This record gives sequence, C-alpha cells and structure tokens, in this order.
Amino acid sequence: MFTALIFYMFAAIAVASGVMVISSRNPVHSVLWLILAFFNAAGLFLLLGAEFLAMVLVVVYVGAVAVLFLFVVMMLDINMVEMKEGFLQYLPTGALIGVVLLVELLAMFGGWAFAPDVEAMVKAPTPTLEQASNTVALGKLIYTNYVYLFQASGLVLLVAMIGTILLTHRKRTGVRKQVIADQVGRSRDSVELKKVQSGRGI
Amino acid sequence: MIQTSDLVPVLPEIFIALAGLALLMLGVFRKEDSTKSVSVLVILAFGAAMVLVSSLGAERLTAFNGLFVADRFAGFAKGLVLVASAIALAMSLPYLEREKIGRFEYPVLVLFATLGMMMMISANDFIALYLGLELQSLSLYVLAAYNRDNAKATEAGLKYFVLGSLASGLLLYGISLLYGFAGTTSFEGLANLFAGGHEHPVKPNMGVIAGLVFVLAGLSFKVSAVPFHMWAPDVYEGAPTPVTSFFAVAPKIAALCLLTRVMTGPFADLVEQWRQVVTFIAIGSMFVGAFAAVVQTNIKRLMAYSSIGHVGFVLVGIAAGSTLGIQGVLIYLAIYLFMNVGVFAVVLSMRQKGRLVEGIDDLAGLSKTHPMMAFVMAVLMFSMAGVPPLAGFWGKFYVFMAAVEAGQFTLAIIGLLSSVVSAYYYLRIIKVMYFDEPVEAFDKPVGASMSLVMAVSTIVILAFTLIPAPLVTSAKAAAQVLFPAAG
Repeated sequence: MFTALIFYMFAAIAVASGVMVISSRNPVHSVLWLILAFFNAAGLFLLLGAEFLAMVLVVVYVGAVAVLFLFVVMMLDINMVEMKEGFLQYLPTGALIGVVLLVELLAMFGGWAFAPDVEAMVKAPTPTLEQASNTVALGKLIYTNYVYLFQASGLVLLVAMIGTILLTHRKRTGVRKQVIADQVGRSRDSVELKKVQSGRGI
Repeated sequence: MIQTSDLVPVLPEIFIALAGLALLMLGVFRKEDSTKSVSVLVILAFGAAMVLVSSLGAERLTAFNGLFVADRFAGFAKGLVLVASAIALAMSLPYLEREKIGRFEYPVLVLFATLGMMMMISANDFIALYLGLELQSLSLYVLAAYNRDNAKATEAGLKYFVLGSLASGLLLYGISLLYGFAGTTSFEGLANLFAGGHEHPVKPNMGVIAGLVFVLAGLSFKVSAVPFHMWAPDVYEGAPTPVTSFFAVAPKIAALCLLTRVMTGPFADLVEQWRQVVTFIAIGSMFVGAFAAVVQTNIKRLMAYSSIGHVGFVLVGIAAGSTLGIQGVLIYLAIYLFMNVGVFAVVLSMRQKGRLVEGIDDLAGLSKTHPMMAFVMAVLMFSMAGVPPLAGFWGKFYVFMAAVEAGQFTLAIIGLLSSVVSAYYYLRIIKVMYFDEPVEAFDKPVGASMSLVMAVSTIVILAFTLIPAPLVTSAKAAAQVLFPAAG
C-alpha cells in the first residue's frame, strides 16, 4: 500500500515534469523541470530494487548531462517563441499521422504472441539477487559478457568526437592564447621591476 | 571468462582499431600536415588486416559469447571491403592535395568506417549489427560533409545524417519487436526459434513480420534500395568526389553482405515472408536505377542511379535464397567493386584547367584527347551494361541463373528488361566519348595512382571471362557456409 502510494507519487511527478519540460516558455525552466523528472525516475528505479541504476541516473544525468544542458541553454540566445512558431500549423498533420500510426501499431499488438520460453530467455543473462548484487551483475554483463559491444560503443563515441572537431574546429588567426611555456620561459631581463611610490604613479 | 584464444577471430578488427587510435595520436601530435603519411599507413594497415583475415582459415569461429562470427563468408566480404577502402583512399590523396583540403582525420575516418563495415559483416547478433552499422554510418556522415566550406557538401552531410538516423530508428524498432517476441537478439537463437527447435513450433505472427519488415527497411536504406533511395543521388553529387567513390563501393558491399547474412541466418526459415519484400525492393531498384538514370547529366548522379540499379540486381540473388544465389551475390559484388573504382578513377581525372568537372558532356571526344582513358571507360561501361564477354555480364548471369533456378521467373525477366534499359545510358556515354566533337581536353597527366587503378580494374574486367575460377570457387565456398544444412 505504502509502496504503491510512493510509486504513484514518483510516477505522477515524473510525467507532470515531463510535460512541463516541453511546454514551459523559458528554456532554463525546461532544464530545471528535466532535472526533477530525472530525480523521480531515479526514485522509480529504487522502488524496483535497481539501486545502482538509480544512483547512476542521478550522478550522470542530473550531475553531468542536465548541468551541461543548463550551461548550453544559458549561453545560447534561443528565442523559444520564434522556435515554436509554426508548431500549431504542423500540429494537425502531425497528430493525424501519429494517430494513424498508433492505430496500426495497436492492430499489430492485438495479434501479438510471444515465443514459448521467452521469459526464460530474457532472464538468462542476469543472475538473481542471491547470486550477485545489482552492481556486480551489471559489471559482469557490461565488462565481461558484452565487452565487445562496450568497446564498439566507445569507438562510435570516438568517431562522434573526431567528427565534431573536424567539422567545427577552425584555427583562427589573431587570437591571443595563453602559452604557458612562453610565460615560464621568459628571461629575467624581459621584465622590468619598478618601485612605485604611493600616490605618485609612474 | 574470456580467454586470449577467444580473441583470435577478432584479431583483424582489433588490429584495425588499435591502428586507428595510434594514427589519430600521430596526426594530432605531429606539427606539420600529416595527411599523406597517415593515409599511407592506413592503406598499409588495411593490407595487414587482409593478411590477418586470410590467415583465419576456413573454420567457422565465434567470439565474445557468440556476438561475433568469423567464417569464409565474412573473410570473402572483408577482403572486398578492405580492397575497396584501400583503393578509395589511394584515389583520394591526389584530390585532397590538389584541393588543399587534406586533414589527417580523413584517412582515420575512412579507417573507422571500414572497421564498422568489418564489424557489420561479422555481426552475429542484432546489437553487434547495430553498433557496427552505426560506427560505419557515423564516419560516413562526417566524410560526406568533409568539405565543410562547400554548401553542397554540408547539405549532403546533413541530409545523409537526418535520413540515416531515421533509418537507424526503423532498424532499432524492428529489432526491439523481434526481441519482444523472442527474448533474444542473437542470430542463432532467432534461427533456432523460427526453425522450430522447441517443442512447440513457432508460427511467425504479425509482430515478428512487422519487425522483419522494419529491419529490412532500415537495411535497405543503408544500401540505397528503392523506396529508400532518395538520399543517394543528392549525397553522391554533393559529397567530394573521392568520398563518393568510397560511398559507392565499400559501404554497399558491407551492407549487402550484412543483409545476406541476416536473411539467410536468423530469418532462414521465414523465407516465404521476406522473399516477397526483397523481390519488391529488387524490382523497384532495378527500374528506378534504369529509368531515372536516363535523364541525368551529372556523372556522379548517374553513378548514384547506376549503383541503385546494381543493388537491385544483387537483391535478385538474395531473393533466390539459395547457395547459387548467394554465390551470385558475392561474384556480382566483387565485379561491381572493380567496375566502380575504375569509373571513379576516370571521374576523378576529369579536370579542365585544374578544376574538377562532372558533366557527362565534358566527356565529349575523349577518344581523341585521351584514347586510353576513353578505352578504359568504354570497357567499364560495356561491362556495367552487361555486354557478354566482359565481367559485368557474368555477374548478372549468375544472379539471374539463381533466380531462374529458384523459380523466380518474373524477377529474372524484369531484371533482363531493366538491364536492357540501363544499357541505353551506359552506351550513351560511349557514344559521347567516341562520336561527339571534342570539347576542352582534360588535364594531363592523370597521376600514377589513377592510371594504376584504371589499368587494374580494366584488366580484371577483361580477364575474368578467361580466368573465372579463383573468384567463382571462393565465392561458392563463402556462400556454402551460410547454408550448413545443404552441405
């Protein structure tokens, strides 16, 4: 009973803040609502007994991703009113297509059947809680069983990084950059020290 | 636990990945421009990877709990991909130097794209498939927009990226439906399930078929088959020409081999379900490739439509779904590789006063100004059109024979018809080269690497009829591993 109440609280707040993310006028508010949504999702994970995922969600998404978003949003001068122009214009067509797709998918799921031992297959890679704690089980899955996929994802991210640098990085001339080696390597003679009497100036 | 010996089948990929990381560091920390040295090293790395691939032998090996498979089929396909990537990179170098847009990231991205292709070819699980595909696609998106100060190239990159992401979404959705049904993404698990390996034989239901169709749609996009071909002409035209020559060959080969493996692996027993879809896509691709190319005036756009048509012919072989069909697919892909790199070597040599030209009219009178180049182009065009003594004819011959053997007569007849139509525009190029009055001559000399590529591809195309055995037997051996039951 108590768990159910907590669940509904987390779920309701998560959905409500999700709606606020896309409907609030100020993009900074959107990001703040997003952070609230993440916290509630973490709460839902805790209720499911996935404590590691809950902590990771808070640390990674709230701690890093959302704060990064916040910085980007504050730095960029986005005019949301301008961006949302035309939203209403496209709404009827978009909604119509969405409804058609939804009906089609419902028709498909109406005839849905599972393979005979799907449940056993799904559970196969994960040990029960008695055998290993969540963190151990996840670590084993990611870094032992699926290490190939883990490394492959790493390469995908590396390519994304190379691509971003390649397509946006420009060497500009006339920029004054701090070169620490030059500063440290200066000889004593290049600096002139003067004693300045107070109230006189140079 | 993973033993060191488990890593043996993956050695070529590991080597390529480590080489990529090392070359990236080399490029970053060297003060002067290192495009050339990094490119040469990447080509050498491809050569070394080829040696590693061929040293794996004929045995079917899996690694990483069955996520990765190395067999003869993979070996054959990886050989083609490595050759195609190495040639494309060698052809890019003079262009990059002349246009002064060389940056060391270019060869590194080609390397990572090739790594992605090798991972796709060896994928034995849908997640491994997706990651390989994404590694390849992401590198290609960046390469398409490589010439970032050119509006057309940027547009090509953006268009490719947006549509490619959509296709990846479709693919993933299909995979999730299959997982929802079967509870596994492994190719073997799915194949067992559909083969009725369990007590209750599994009837394919709506959800599975929808998943299958979504997967097919996503993969068709990657091979630019109709109706998912719209991006190809624009991207081919907008991207820098050496990038186009890379796009037209290696990724196509990898994605078609992947499609072959998916259709004959996990979905082997759903052949009745996917055959009609593949047949439809094949017919559409052959028609669009034939008719839409007729009105093109830009050679890069023409090559885009031509490659759409060739994908259609390859799909005929896949639709046959037999050893003979897959053998035909592999032979076709090998011949396609040499025809395309040869044509692109000519296209990359089409420059007047140092400026690259792309119009078909610019080829006018080539037989008088550059007789050898015109001869090469004529041989390749005859081969693409499928004129008998040349290799291109045999490629078509094998896939159509497989289609007839599988009872797909309509497919074979439609294929022949569209082949006749497409002959029109290939022959038109020959007519322009040999019978039109010469316009401005192209710059001489064309460069050593271009001449070499032209010479090698022409010799391969001419020699295949005389010595077909090496390719035909290795393609047969590669095709047989996909059908263990047939022996």
